[in-house]
Amino acid sequence: MKSKARLMQGNEACVEGAIAAGMKFFAGYPITPSTEIAEIAAEKLPRVGGKFIQMEDEIASMAAVIGASLTGSKSMTATSGPGFSLKQENIGYAALAEVPCVVVDVQRSGPSTGLPTSPAQGDIMQARWGTHGDHPVIALTPSSVRETFDLTIRAFNLSEKYRVPVILLMDEIIGHMRERVELPDAFEIEIVNRKKPTVGRDQYLPYKADEDLIPPMANYGEGYRFHVTGLAHDETGFPTNSPAMADKLYRRLMDKIEMHKDDIIQWEEENTDDADVVIVSIGGVSRAADTAMKQLREKGYKVGTFRPITVWPFPEKRLLELASKVKTFVVAEMNLGQIALEVERIIKDKAELKKVNKVNGEAIYPEEIIARIEEVL
Amino acid sequence: MPSALVNEYFRTNKLPQIWCPGCGHGIITRAITAAIDKLGLERDKICIVSGIGCSSRAPGYMDFDTLHTTHGRAIAFATGVKMANPDLKVIVITGDGDATAIGGNHLIHACRRNIDITTIVFNNNIYGMTGGQYSPTTPKFDKGTTAPYGNIDKAFDIPALAAAAGATYVGRSTAYHTQLLISLIENGIKNEGFSLIEALSVCPTYYGRKNKKGSAVDMLEWQKDHAVNISAASKMTPESLEGKFLIGEFKNSPEPEYTSEYQKIIDRLCKE
Repeated sequence: MKSKARLMQGNEACVEGAIAAGMKFFAGYPITPSTEIAEIAAEKLPRVGGKFIQMEDEIASMAAVIGASLTGSKSMTATSGPGFSLKQENIGYAALAEVPCVVVDVQRSGPSTGLPTSPAQGDIMQARWGTHGDHPVIALTPSSVRETFDLTIRAFNLSEKYRVPVILLMDEIIGHMRERVELPDAFEIEIVNRKKPTVGRDQYLPYKADEDLIPPMANYGEGYRFHVTGLAHDETGFPTNSPAMADKLYRRLMDKIEMHKDDIIQWEEENTDDADVVIVSIGGVSRAADTAMKQLREKGYKVGTFRPITVWPFPEKRLLELASKVKTFVVAEMNLGQIALEVERIIKDKAELKKVNKVNGEAIYPEEIIARIEEVL
Repeated sequence: MPSALVNEYFRTNKLPQIWCPGCGHGIITRAITAAIDKLGLERDKICIVSGIGCSSRAPGYMDFDTLHTTHGRAIAFATGVKMANPDLKVIVITGDGDATAIGGNHLIHACRRNIDITTIVFNNNIYGMTGGQYSPTTPKFDKGTTAPYGNIDKAFDIPALAAAAGATYVGRSTAYHTQLLISLIENGIKNEGFSLIEALSVCPTYYGRKNKKGSAVDMLEWQKDHAVNISAASKMTPESLEGKFLIGEFKNSPEPEYTSEYQKIIDRLCKE
């Protein structure tokens, strides 16, 4: 039997995952280190009857993705930090108007043009709070090529299920890394599609949520003749200035994610049962964390790892459980302490917090994590 | 009593609209539905997209699939709608600031692609929603709240901009010249490509008051007295055209349409 194994780059796995998830529309703008995603999407999409368009800028590509999604097409865009900043305007629109879409951010060093295009993880907080106002968001962070494939599918599924923009928060290490992967067959992949209205046009209220807080979604062109706006709106979808209706909308948008946290949140942990020290990291850094943990274990130190796969919403409950038995968390990240802020907020004084930060455009090496932990132990 | 046209194509439960008394936007919005009616288009295959500003509130009153987007981005959203579902007739309603300032980049690139979108620019020469700031079409030396000593920017000629950028159907009419406006919109929708119709509106509340242009009726009369149809203009002397502006069909030169060209790629690849 012919091996299914392929040597694949993270960015390529992202497109493979998107197409497996049913992506039919991609709009983008060239930016390193995410450009391969656009290039491969341009090549593959028309072969599956999908559409690719290179827009005039990052803002336009986010806008086009939302427009396409409203016609029922599963849609995605990809960018890096500078472009992610520009997309925030319409990410907010997608959050408020509840339009499913996937936004890939292959993080590079910043702010501004920064160190093109060295790896970084400086967009953790931007992924959560980048657009103005309180808004729901889901962000996923892969740490291998195969996981990039899986999480891209998951990003589409979550965006369809919860009608939110989902951020696939990659970093340059994962985006440009090549690994041997075996991708699953189509029948092995779970695909989620948005919930459709079960009533006709006369009864359809486009923003009336079911008990799960998610409203069914019609497509443009199906005869529902509905209105979508970035203004605060009531269940009919039309603008409202009613404080009560606005309050209800904004709280529901946040609650629909809060309510389903257990379905959304994923993490991975290793050797945490007896750990005195747990390394917290995401994406490319998790690979160094894993090596550091193994080397320290060999020396007899009780070290474990904790890797949020869903970075937003953060795996708060599990981290808090660990905080009751772990002496020290070491948060390793390619920024000056963004995940650390969230960890600090959750663990409070239940455990000690140490940081390993790097912003010089180089990856974090296992030895740097080991050195920091040896100071603690 | 609303007219039959209003009853048919407007969300009458959303009326009255928010525009000021004397605003020209209602006339232009009605003209769009009149053009749709004349063309006998399939109602449920029309999507109307707008940005932010006074004009961009129009789709909320129109009984179609409607999309009220972010400031300047209507054409970019519309591009996604049209690409993903080319069966839809996509109409963009935008204003002078929305289309040519914050959204200027999207406008010229949609023209360049010749994607089948009909854009109607409601040009009232001012930012109305925010209270009367000068826009890219405020005439030079006119006043706005942010041009208290007179505007020193040169105004855009929107049809010339669109034609130069590659739009394949371009025209201009006014709130006064409604029959011409309806026929230009009809032809714009019929054109399989990017069409731009500039509809000169009147804003008596901000632009008019700041610049002593009189009442809404005075402003409409000014349009009547100063507009010259391009077909008549060719027979007029430069002196008699002094102080006038042109209306009519400025460009009608069909070219291959963007989504059709993309479909050719799909068809070719699917045959391989």
